[in-house]
Amino acid sequence: MRKFILKRLGLSVLILACVTFIIYALMRSLPASYVETMAMQLSQAPGSKPYEEWIAQLNESYGLDKGVVAGYFVWLKDAVRLNFGDSWKYTVPVTQKFSEVIWLSFVMGLIAFIIELLIAIPLGVIAATKQYSRADYAITAGALIGISLPTFFFATLLKLLFSVKLGWFDLYGIVGRDYAKLDTMGQLLDKANHLVLPILTLVIVSIGSLMRYTRTNMLEVLNSDYIRTARAKGLSERTVIYHHAFRNTLIPLVTIVGGSLPGLFAGALITETLFMIPGIGYTSYQAMVAGDIPFSMFYLTFMAILTLLGNLLSDILYAVVDPRVRIE
Amino acid sequence: MSDLQNTNETKNEQLSLNDDRRVRTLSPGALVAQRFFRNRLAVVGMVMLIAMFLFSFVGGLISPYRQDEQFYKYTDLKKEYAAVTQNADFRYLSADGKNFDSIAQAKFLLAQGKGETTFETKDATYELTEEGKDFYMISENGETVAIAFKDIVNKVADLSFDEIHAALVAYTNDEKAFTVADTEYTLDEDGNIMKGGETIGYITRFVISSAQSDVVISREYGEEVASQIAADASEFTFTGEDGEEHQYNISYDATAKVWSITEGTATYVYDSYASPSKEHWLGTDTNGMDMLTRLMYGGRVSLIIGFIVVIIEAVLGIILGGVSGYFGGWVDNLIMRIVDIFYCIPSLPLIIILGAAMDAMKLDPQIRMLYLMLILGFLGWPSIARLVRGQILSLREQEFMTATEACGIRTSKRIFKHLIPNVIPQLIVICTMSLGSTIITEATLSFLGLGVKFPFASWGNIINDVNNAFVMTHYWFVWIPAGICLLIAVLGFNFVGDGLRDAFDPRMKR
Repeated sequence: MRKFILKRLGLSVLILACVTFIIYALMRSLPASYVETMAMQLSQAPGSKPYEEWIAQLNESYGLDKGVVAGYFVWLKDAVRLNFGDSWKYTVPVTQKFSEVIWLSFVMGLIAFIIELLIAIPLGVIAATKQYSRADYAITAGALIGISLPTFFFATLLKLLFSVKLGWFDLYGIVGRDYAKLDTMGQLLDKANHLVLPILTLVIVSIGSLMRYTRTNMLEVLNSDYIRTARAKGLSERTVIYHHAFRNTLIPLVTIVGGSLPGLFAGALITETLFMIPGIGYTSYQAMVAGDIPFSMFYLTFMAILTLLGNLLSDILYAVVDPRVRIE
Repeated sequence: MSDLQNTNETKNEQLSLNDDRRVRTLSPGALVAQRFFRNRLAVVGMVMLIAMFLFSFVGGLISPYRQDEQFYKYTDLKKEYAAVTQNADFRYLSADGKNFDSIAQAKFLLAQGKGETTFETKDATYELTEEGKDFYMISENGETVAIAFKDIVNKVADLSFDEIHAALVAYTNDEKAFTVADTEYTLDEDGNIMKGGETIGYITRFVISSAQSDVVISREYGEEVASQIAADASEFTFTGEDGEEHQYNISYDATAKVWSITEGTATYVYDSYASPSKEHWLGTDTNGMDMLTRLMYGGRVSLIIGFIVVIIEAVLGIILGGVSGYFGGWVDNLIMRIVDIFYCIPSLPLIIILGAAMDAMKLDPQIRMLYLMLILGFLGWPSIARLVRGQILSLREQEFMTATEACGIRTSKRIFKHLIPNVIPQLIVICTMSLGSTIITEATLSFLGLGVKFPFASWGNIINDVNNAFVMTHYWFVWIPAGICLLIAVLGFNFVGDGLRDAFDPRMKR
């Protein structure tokens, strides 16, 4: 087991190195619009150096004058010491900005994820046990509608209904305009109020796949021999489904749930941007659109690490949960 | 089914028990089709897809408009023409050779307000006489010094102080005639002062000032405005000096006590955000283009992008997955590590960065669309490669592959002729599903302004307009139909894909 984990970890580090190099090379070959805009602004100040000199100076200070490979190793050397440089857009160290915004994203993601689990798993089980019934059709159709809904369209519909027509929530942001006047409890409630619509969007849009995953796996289990045996023994349908079938369905479920835990830190790029929630997603979106290389590099690396971590975690969990799986 | 059984029964008499014709056989394809059409959701999805394809590809041909045809309309742009105020302050006119300065004027106002008949300044004592409504004569020792009035006398010809004085006395007392120095003057209803049939001046309380520097307010216009205001009219027409009729609106601002007169000028503008009508069933968008036609062409772009991206994905995925699965060993290892790397690249952020970079480079929208498809396709193949490899790993151990080897068939032919066709069912399912998700990705990017760009329409960039909160709340027809089209198309692909998955799976109960 330890050998397996160590091997997977080593492989992950190697993959991560490749991924970051690809990303770095891509970022470097793009026109660094941010540097150019800044050089343009600086050169237009009265009595300033010409544009070319500014751009050379900025490139030097940002380490853009080295070759891609040399530049990558400079970046890597700093990155392994968790020094990702200063964000160009936010003008603070990248890691500082990151630690400011990550927890909001995490809380949002965690709440949405818990709600998803609470709704998707029971519905998936019901759909599987009553395959091809009206309930199954309704749940399957609902899951597919959720998968098919474009986030931005659904979020806009919610905004129109709840923010504009009913006026229950604000259109954008995480705090209301009276935020500063509220006491601690009020501030918390105000933030919670602003998170309702984003979380609703997240839940609806991503609930479908988990629901379908539960249904498929439950169906697979229900078709297996030991369920037939359980039925043949004369066990009640209740015991068969909840005692024998559901427990076995939990194996793939725990794997996928464990695998998606790191993803809770990833933030919701589109949803956060739509509702202007200052989490990691919206912050990175602004940085990426502005051509902020240090922050974008950090964000992409972070996302890659989360993916790798998720895969690793689900593999390990699979071996831990299912006694039939033995890793040599 | 019952008919079929009956015919079978009649035939049974002639056929022997182990005759193949006794059993109605269906080819595997027909079985799949049968299972597919029994799934109601799949059929609904099929109908949705056919509808969207017809809408996008045939609709564009039927629609009478082109996708970038702009519509115009005349609108009445209200331009501020003039402002009218009713004079509320006293104005003063000194008699010839007299001086009535501002200190005296202030003292007069105080006295008038208190209703006194005399007032003093530093050097003189004045008497005031109310000679008419809001009209006072100020005298010193019986000699007229000045007059104070609110009705303004506009001179046409030269008017002397006495003439003005007498005219105002008559006007404020509603008299029709007055005499100054043995000359007869008449006053008409509009306040015109006539001397022997000739207008020499007119009296009005309205002060009209032009709102545009190049417009001189004519006297006739002023009178017309005054009479319209008196009649409480809200709009009127007036034939100007150029002989053309103009339309004016009058609105009264109670706090400023100003009537503002606006002139409606017909201006030729884009017919943007027109409500749905007979000509434009779904109204027009911000550029005055027909929404329904844009939706049809947008559907074409969205669907074509979806197909091209999925074709790129499938080709790359089949080749790499097939090679990897068939050869195994280090080739497999290498390709699978590449797949791992691609899996690990966060695609949406990367596409956003590339989109922003393409913005900075100001690429031509058409080339940009091409790049978008290539990027999406290049980032999407690993899942297909994994699927193909997994299937082939199990297939290549089966007997028919040993047979192909024994027959000496070429390797490439063995992979692509004998192995790949066996993966086709799973491929179709995954391609259908990824068509849906590709369309969503493209729409999301276009929505963020980083995908398909104007003048091309796509369902995503049509919805882009809701970034303007006013459009979102007031013009539902601009973004809701596009969202519904998107939803129907993607849902159609997902329903069909789901139905196919069930239909291809022989373990499914029906």
